[in-house]
Amino acid sequence: MSKIDSKIPAGDLETKWTKYKSSVPLVNPSNKRNLEIVVVGSGLAGSSAATSLAELGYKVKVFCFQDSPRRAHSIAAQGGINAAKNYQNDGDSVYRLFYDTIKGGDYRAREANVHRLAEVSSNIIDQAVASGVPFAREYGGLLSNRSFGGTQVQRTFYAAGQTGQQLLLGAYSGLQRQIGLGNVQMFARHEMLEVVNIDGKCRGIIARDLVSGKLERHFGHAVLLCTGGYGNVFYLSTNAMACNVTAAWKAHKKGAYFANPCYTQIHPTCIPVSGDHQSKLTLMSESLRNDGRIWVPKRKEDAEAIRNGKLNPNDLKEEDRDYYLERRYPAFGNLVPRDVASRAAKERCDAGFGVNKTGEAVYLDFAFNMKYKYGKQVATLKHISNPTEAQLTEFGHEVIKEKYGNLFDMYKQITGVNPYENPMMIYPAVHYTMGGLWVDYNLMTTVPGLYALGEANFSDHGANRLGASALMQGLADGYFVIPYTIGAYLANEISVKSISTDHEAFVEAEKNVQSTIEKLFAVKGTKPVDFFHKRLGKIIWDNCGMARNVDGLTKAISEIKALREEFWNDVRVTGEANDFNPELEKAGRVADFIELGELMCKDALERNESCGGHFREDHQTEEGEALRDDENFKNVSAWEFKETGNWDLHQEELVYENIKIAQRSYK
Amino acid sequence: MSGNMNINLKVWRQKNGKSQGKLVDYKVENVSPDMSFLEMFDVLNDRLINEGKDEPIAFDHDCREGICGSCSMYINGRPHGPNQGVTTCQLHMRSFKDNDTIVVEPWRSAAFPVIKDLATNRSAFDRIIASGGFISINTGNAQDANNLPIPKGDADDSFAAAACIGCGACVAACKNSSAMLFVSAKVSQLALLPQGAPERATRVLNMVAQMDAEGFGSCTNTGACEAECPKQISLTNIARLNREYYKATLFSSEG
Repeated sequence: MSKIDSKIPAGDLETKWTKYKSSVPLVNPSNKRNLEIVVVGSGLAGSSAATSLAELGYKVKVFCFQDSPRRAHSIAAQGGINAAKNYQNDGDSVYRLFYDTIKGGDYRAREANVHRLAEVSSNIIDQAVASGVPFAREYGGLLSNRSFGGTQVQRTFYAAGQTGQQLLLGAYSGLQRQIGLGNVQMFARHEMLEVVNIDGKCRGIIARDLVSGKLERHFGHAVLLCTGGYGNVFYLSTNAMACNVTAAWKAHKKGAYFANPCYTQIHPTCIPVSGDHQSKLTLMSESLRNDGRIWVPKRKEDAEAIRNGKLNPNDLKEEDRDYYLERRYPAFGNLVPRDVASRAAKERCDAGFGVNKTGEAVYLDFAFNMKYKYGKQVATLKHISNPTEAQLTEFGHEVIKEKYGNLFDMYKQITGVNPYENPMMIYPAVHYTMGGLWVDYNLMTTVPGLYALGEANFSDHGANRLGASALMQGLADGYFVIPYTIGAYLANEISVKSISTDHEAFVEAEKNVQSTIEKLFAVKGTKPVDFFHKRLGKIIWDNCGMARNVDGLTKAISEIKALREEFWNDVRVTGEANDFNPELEKAGRVADFIELGELMCKDALERNESCGGHFREDHQTEEGEALRDDENFKNVSAWEFKETGNWDLHQEELVYENIKIAQRSYK
Repeated sequence: MSGNMNINLKVWRQKNGKSQGKLVDYKVENVSPDMSFLEMFDVLNDRLINEGKDEPIAFDHDCREGICGSCSMYINGRPHGPNQGVTTCQLHMRSFKDNDTIVVEPWRSAAFPVIKDLATNRSAFDRIIASGGFISINTGNAQDANNLPIPKGDADDSFAAAACIGCGACVAACKNSSAMLFVSAKVSQLALLPQGAPERATRVLNMVAQMDAEGFGSCTNTGACEAECPKQISLTNIARLNREYYKATLFSSEG
């Protein structure tokens, strides 16, 4: 086990980034024109990075597997984006955003990175508004805010339940502008399948044109992976169907360490699984917890009656309901962080209080606030002093519709139940992955010239991400961090001429990709790719999901090893290599997920403590809260790939100079 | 399971852009009403792979929550199927009946050539945005966001236009294959905001020129686009586009 250097600049936390920006080497404009940068992924991180770097004068190539960069999965983010603007005059500050994020991450994130994130958060909102993002506004014309979990201020900016869409379309329009100007070359429907290293530095990628099936070689002085998280390893998640770990995993196998793979986020408010046919899960935004109260019946017999359809939850009296988050965590109530809320839901359902047929659902109920918060407000505005219950509902309905209309519509469309009249049923589901490629302060991986941005890296969220912070991080990395930090590397590369893609390293890398594709076809087995993906997902959900233990993880590792064997002996990949072939794409991704799954379980087994989303049943307080072991695990686990199924563990010590670490409490 | 259905599908199969396509019949049995339309395709594809005769059906899809705009099926003669305000991925089988016959085709428009089966090439939309669907501001130049108050009504209207997911249903629905609803949504979003004002005239002129160059048809105000748009983008955006276009042509130095 060796220690690794995060290259955090010296100096005071508050001035570190400012000083660093002023001293980081620069590349002059004429040299920028000769430097090529490959960006893989076109979500918030990728689009904003590519656009900003192209504006600076670098030659940029962008790759995405979707048919358009506008469809990257950032588009699906609902609730909002945090920024320490303090527009609400409620005591927010850069320090508070920094503090909330470190605490929310259960003291497993890097202070310097998180502080930088909080510092640039305000610039992101300015940038987005300037590029035409239509955030929600108040009647005075200024921006509106709402609350998210793990905070006691209102710092979340939003555009109804479509904040990710609006931010991505803003970043995408900037990207399209650069494409139109000829500064960015766009490769849609292209999937990166290998990184190319030459003399110890990353110098390009091999990509497959998903329409023709042809393999292509692309040189870059630097390569940026902005390829999102690996939540789809669980098969069922709130990720889009094609979200994958392949780009990150190929990089990992070529020398990039993978950090904290076991830190996965299970989001508390998702639509419960409805049957075996289920292909994905749908999130109901955390913003709903501003106005939705979470409950289950107090008595088991009531829960059972509800499950059997004998009792309508609307008829259950107030005193017979258990608002368990408000009961357990009075200070934060329904707005505790996601990991805490998810575990609490699981605890209630495991104890027999679940409210749907499978017993795996709790209520998210808007009736109270619809009537008594918004209904009353509107009645007052209308000068109705004694509104009837029906009037209150009617008035509140309109307000709720304006705030969350698209989410309510989506819920109704998926479940067939009208959430304006009945409480929503929700259950935790996989949503985000805090782990990812290890990066230093410059966002560079352990391979020189290879960077990871956004969800693809590990750096800012520790063991649990706070709501509305993913959009913030993706755009911070792309707009405001990488344009500076990449100079530290590229300033020394100005004399390097573009390397021909006839170089043997490119030839070799392409050959490897070709042989993997041939190997997949050659199996000619009996089971579709999805069969293996579903089984992998179940193994990981059961053993490396919301609660983990030594026996389960040990068993899971051997099951995944066996599954890997079976996959390579029995998978059936239809169609041809030189053709548009979604089955082939899936097969490659699932092969990588299987390898990653093993590492996740290994990491979870090795980390003998609970922290954030990593909850080890053998490490909990008497009240069932996560129990950290700061003595032994105040560190980042960074795994070095040796061969399939074999890794070396390296550690980065986490130093807390500005925050006093403590048992996390939201009570 | 009770309530499950048998569905007869007629699906457009086409090897690639160069070959001829045809409708092929498939029967899918025991379909749960809680399944989404695309999950029914998953089940069918699973079967096709197991049978080993036909290749699975290629179709574009990704987020499956109605926001990425990938899915693009023409179902019983309507883009995204029978329900209003819903994408194909959010269409559930409870909207159909036992023994229904459902015809599924790709988007039909010369500007969206078929890649394979139900997947089409919609990159024309990206090129239209690249021609002017943006505000030319470089990273780092922005002033404080609250220095520019925007009337709530304008912000709301701008947001309603910006909700477009770029799926192409408007083009597929239009008898002329016009892209006016798509283009007008972007023009409106930016025309309604003060940030968009400096490039207002050039934007609309360039985007319309690019739209024409891509081979999209003319708008004859039929309104099928609005009726079929899964995000219910309003036809008033087209009226606004026309106003913006005339203003730019008649009164601006750009015209």
